[in-house]
Formats: sequence, C-alpha cells, structure tokens
Amino acid sequence: MIEPIARPLRKNPLKRTRLPTLPPRARSRTAHGFTAAAAEGRFVLQRCGACSEFSYPARDACPVCLSAELSFVDAPRRGTLLSETTVRLPADVHFRERAPWRIGLVGMECGPTMVAHLHADCEEGLPVLMSLQIDNSGQAVAFAHPEHETPNMADERQWREMTADPKFRRILVTNGRSAVGQEAVAALKAAGATTVFVGMADPWKPFPGEDALRALQGVQIVPLDIADEKSVSDLAADIGGKVDILLNTTEHVRPGGLLNRRGANVMREEIDQAYLGFVHLAQAFGPVMRMRGADGVNSAVAWVNILSVYSLANWPAFGAYSASQAACLSLSHCLRAELRPGGIKVINLFAGPIDTEWFQTVPPPKVAPRAVANAIVSALKSGREDVFVGDVAEDVRQRLVDNPKAVERELGD
Amino acid sequence: MRSSIRTPYDRVVLAAPVTIPYVRYSIESAQWWIGRALKALVENAGITPRDIDGFCLSSFTAGPDSAIGLTQHFGLCVRWLDTIPLGGASAIAALRRAARAVQSGDADIVACVAGDTNHVDSFRHTLENFSRFNQDAVYPYGAGGANASFALIARNYMRTFGVTREDLGKIAVSQRANALRNPHALMKAPLTIEQYMSARPISEPIHLFDCVMPCAGAEAFLVMREDTAASLKLPAARILATIERHNAFGSDPVQVRGGWAMDIGELYSMAGVRPDGLDFVQTYDDYPVISMMQFEDLGFCRKGEGPDFVRHHDLTIDGSFPHNTSGGQLSVGQAGAGGAYLGPVEALRQVLGLAGPTQVKNARVGLASGFGMINYDRGLSSGAAILAGPAS
Repeated sequence: MIEPIARPLRKNPLKRTRLPTLPPRARSRTAHGFTAAAAEGRFVLQRCGACSEFSYPARDACPVCLSAELSFVDAPRRGTLLSETTVRLPADVHFRERAPWRIGLVGMECGPTMVAHLHADCEEGLPVLMSLQIDNSGQAVAFAHPEHETPNMADERQWREMTADPKFRRILVTNGRSAVGQEAVAALKAAGATTVFVGMADPWKPFPGEDALRALQGVQIVPLDIADEKSVSDLAADIGGKVDILLNTTEHVRPGGLLNRRGANVMREEIDQAYLGFVHLAQAFGPVMRMRGADGVNSAVAWVNILSVYSLANWPAFGAYSASQAACLSLSHCLRAELRPGGIKVINLFAGPIDTEWFQTVPPPKVAPRAVANAIVSALKSGREDVFVGDVAEDVRQRLVDNPKAVERELGD
Repeated sequence: MRSSIRTPYDRVVLAAPVTIPYVRYSIESAQWWIGRALKALVENAGITPRDIDGFCLSSFTAGPDSAIGLTQHFGLCVRWLDTIPLGGASAIAALRRAARAVQSGDADIVACVAGDTNHVDSFRHTLENFSRFNQDAVYPYGAGGANASFALIARNYMRTFGVTREDLGKIAVSQRANALRNPHALMKAPLTIEQYMSARPISEPIHLFDCVMPCAGAEAFLVMREDTAASLKLPAARILATIERHNAFGSDPVQVRGGWAMDIGELYSMAGVRPDGLDFVQTYDDYPVISMMQFEDLGFCRKGEGPDFVRHHDLTIDGSFPHNTSGGQLSVGQAGAGGAYLGPVEALRQVLGLAGPTQVKNARVGLASGFGMINYDRGLSSGAAILAGPAS
C-alpha cells in the first residue's frame, strides 16, 4: 500500500538544486514503434502478419516464421509478474540516485516476456496490467501496474517519475481570460496543484469569470502579455523558479486564409501572439525549468501547448491561423528536444474547434473548454505526449494516418 | 546414452595454459593484455610468433579491433583466423573451432586468446553497447549490468526449487577457500558463510559475494596436433568431447536451465565417461546460482536437486567434488572475455598436473563449461568440454 506523498516544504535557498540526469536513451530505430504508441498512451506489441505471433523486444523479423511483416498493433495488456528484483546499486547515475529501484519480468498473456518498471503494489505471481510510458529520457519503457486500483496509487514513487502529476505542483496558466484557461485553472486546482499562477494582460480590464477565478484558493493572478518580451521576462524573473508546469493557453483565432485578406497585418498579429508569444515564454521560462527537472516532489516536469488540430493539416477557412499553429507545432518539437536534458515533458494537445466566440460560425461538434481542461489533467497524470481532444481532432488524426492527401483536399472543399 | 555420430577430436591437443595475472583496474589497453598472453604462449611452448598460423580472439574491450587488426598489431601471419564474441562461452567455442581447424590441416598451431582491460569506465561502456535487445529493453530499466537480470533468474529459480541463500553461499565460500591457494586470485581474504549471508544486497536476491569483480587480465592456450606437441616436448591434453548450444529452451518463461541440458547425453557418450568419472569440474560461475544450475544441467544431479547436491558435497580442491579449483571468477576476478577462459585454462592445468597449489590429486579427466550472452532476459550460449591428461 502506498503512503500519500506529503506536500513539499518550502525550498531551502541555501541548498543546491539537484541536477537532472537521464535514464539510458539509446534505442534501435525499430523500437521507436513503442515510442509512438507511448506518446499517445496506447499499449502495442509487434505482431507477425504471417503467423500472428506477438513478439518482444522490437525485432525486424518474426522469431517464429521469419516473416518481415511485423507491425506494432494494440495488444492485450494483461500479464503475470513472474519474478522481481530491487536494484540497489545500479551502474547508471540516474538510477543510482533513485535506488532502490524495482523491476520485474512479466509474462504477457499474449506470449512475450517483458522486463518492466514495477508499480510498488505489483505482487509476484499475480496479474498485472502493462502500459508504455515516456520516461525522463523521452523514450518508451514498459510499466507494470497492479490489476486493480489501489489506495494512493498515483503517488507511487516510480510511477511519479513517469508522469507529470499536478499534485503539489505549481503551474503557470498563461491566459486567464480565455474559457479554456479558466477551466484549466479549476481542473488543475482540483487535481491537487499547490499554486496556479494565472497570466493576465491588462489585469485592470474586467472579464467574465473573473470573480470565480479570484475566489479560488491558491490562485494568483499575475501580469502577463506574452506578445511583449519584457512582460514575459519580468514575470519569469519573479516566478520562473517556481513554475513546475507551464500551460500555454494562448488563443488567437481569426478566420480567413490568404487571398481574401489585404496585407499581412492580421497574419502578423497571429504570429506575434501565437508563435512569438511561444518564443518569449520558452526563452524566459525554459532554461530554469530545464535546470529544475529533478528538484524533488515539485520538480519542473512539463510544458503543455494547446494547439489546433489544423496545425497538422491546413484548414483554408482558418488558413492563416492554421499556418501559425503549424509554426507553433514545429517549434514545440524544438522545445521538446531542448528541454530533454531536464527530463521535462512537452505535451501537445490537439483540439478541433473549441466552443468559443471565435468559432461562432463553425457547426458542431465543437470541444467544450472543460473537455480541454480535463484532457490536460489526464495527459499530465498519465504522462502522455500527444493528446487529441474531441471528435473533430480524433477524426483528423485517423484520416491523416489513412491518407493525408485526402485530408488536404477535403479540408479545402 | 546414445552413441555419438560426431567425429572424435583424434590427435588434437591443447597445450601451454597461460594466465596473465589480473589487476582490478588497468591503464593499459586490451591489446597490451592480449600481447602479453601471446608472448607467454610462445615462451611457454618454445616457439616463435611465426610458428603460430592460426589465431582466435575474444575481447569486449579491444574495439574497434577484431582479430584481423591484431594480426598486424602483433606481426602474426596466419592462415586461419577467428573472432568469437560469445562472452562466457567464448573459450569452449574457440577450443571447438580451433580443434577442427587443426584436425583438418587448415592450421598447425592455433593461439586461442581472450583478454580485456578494465579502465575505470570500461565496464559501463561494455554494458551500454552489449546488444540491441539489451539496449532497447533492459538497460533503460536501470538494470545497469547483469546483476538485475540474473537476480530475476535467481529469484525464480530459488523459489521454484527451494534453494536457500546458504546453498548458494556454500558455492561461493568453497571457491574462496580454493582461491586462497591461488596466488593470482584478486580476492585474498577468507570468506565465511556468515560474511556471505550478511553482505549488502546488490539486487535481491543477489548480494555482494554473488557478484564477480570486473578486472583486467588475459588467458590463453594453444591448439595443435599431438605430434606437434610431442616434437615441442609440450605436455598436452586430449579433447574427449565438447558441446555448444545457443538460444535453447526459448519458451521457458524464465530461465531455469541452460543449453547443456539439451546436449549432455552427447557430451558424455562422445567422451566415453560418466559424470561420476570426472576428477574435477570447472563451471562458468558469473553467479553461484548459475553454477548450481549447471550441476543439474551437466548431469551431476537432476533438475531441482542442485541444492541437495551442494549440501552433500565438499566443493573444495580436496573435497568430494572439486569445483572451480582456481577460485573461479567469483574469487579470481572476471577479466571480461577472459572469464570464459578461466575454467578451461585451469582445467588444462589440472589434467596436465601443472596446477601447482590448486592441483587436485591425480586429476586425469575433468570438465570445463561456458555460459554467456545475456542478450535480453536469459543467457543464450552454453558449452562444455571434457579434457583428459596424458596420464589417463
């Protein structure tokens, strides 16, 4: 049984900050089939198209029939913990400072044996459920969970290394005026965040939802205009060392594409707000987050972007907006690589049109701001990297896997 | 026992057992250690490097060199060459391949050498680059070496067959007693069962004295025809039988046996001896539990009777079952791929009566085994050879 983690004490300023280290990162190219699944929270194994046998670790030919038709497919998650060990003296620095570390051999019901990190409530000889997780190095690992829910299971030490759980963490939500921002603040507080800093451009201007936001305990409204480099760096100077999770809720949606606009003013504004705002945030907050990746229970742990699913395929009705979102998506991959030495996760939420005023003319289904907020919390708690929120986003995702050219043509009709 | 259809190793012998004394850490390269072993081979045999026309190398730390690079490095001009990357099974594999090369006339004198250095960071480097499965599916779990992998095997084996830590401790303690008679063993202090039991855990159930100490060193022997050895006036040992097996019993969920279990019928029928006809046994002992597994798989008792076998035998040099008479890797040290050679080279000394302070009285026929390559969740390679001295 897991003891609940205690709220961390205020940091002693005289103590050195423990620097992040990463678990071993090298993988074969084939093994990134697991990385792709872990990013989306799916459990897959390789299965032979010729003889249907499952196999593990990642292979380039079936060990039963030598066929090369191995594909990563969703696989049954149940197995039995066959044997376990508690590693007390690992050779690797990352695990040595986290020792004792418990791992086991799991016999999967579908055949293969997997070496896995163990949740503390897994017991030898009993069933476990396997998942694929993104570890601190950004690569996929297998993690075995007890078959049934156990008390405080999310607080388990090894599991918390795999996740970005908001519990006892301090979070900056960059835009408190938006409906998504306000819902996110409430959801993160409900998930146990200690403090939520809420960014507000021109805080003296009243806005709907303000009273409810100010009434929440542990919520601090802070001045932040992300298009203004100085405003961002001023805030980072103030609270940068206390931001464990940064949730970029910037929203700048304007309809229209290329030829029906005159001049680049609207586009420039989109780039200023969405893309350069992201740049300002990353440059101001990224370096200190990267330093604080191993800073105890409330270490820096995740950066979350809310992106339009049309960052993946241009929707000409909102064509310039789609392009600004594509720029942000590309930049997020750069940020992910640059935050990796800190073990900081970069989580991208891909949403279809959100049910807000700027998508007024768009027919349903639209995503409720609360659904986006819940998806953020769930992504942080489960440690996913790419999350598709709502029916439209899921529809676009599936169609892109199927035929990206068809998506381009159909969005343009 | 069914009779073997394999060609016997007639008129092929092993000679010139060489050990370059181990050190815990070395600033020298693997090439330096391999060079010392070659030098000792030619001096020991009274030949020149030009007389060596076959060369077989095993090393974890000679990279980026393989055997070919070393021919030029050491000025060897050979007509038969092999690099054997089988870890703890390398020596048995080398002996088998070299013996057939000599028997068929492809080479006259083959130098079989394993040597590794141990810089302060070599062990970690070896771990990181061990195998693709290890890189993809073991190393990222903090296992950091074989300890955790063998812990998973050991725990399952101990639970399944009722093995206690005391049983495994008896193997380690007996080997330490043997090692105290071997001046080259790195472990110089006696080990009691109490010390074994109270040692700190490394990765349960593996504790400190279940682990070998990585070190630098080299081991070697020559393979040649009987008449060549006679003309050089070299004491030489015959090869009565060998076996080798890779990736056996892949469907066992957790490893409880090695490939020996598949092949021992052939081993003893080819040798024409029975397990109780052996004067000593040198098992590959990266962990005591692996030695116990071999007592079963090599036919000294049945599966599951390993603990009972250990309880009823004295495993020291003068005991009822002389085992790992040099002290084994557990007490001498594990010099990388040299660890594979430690048992076979000691076996060669024993049957030639050259073992000095660790000599088993009247040792004429003995067995040496190999085990290696924990590629993912189990050791893949196994092998064994039965050697006979001139007196047998």
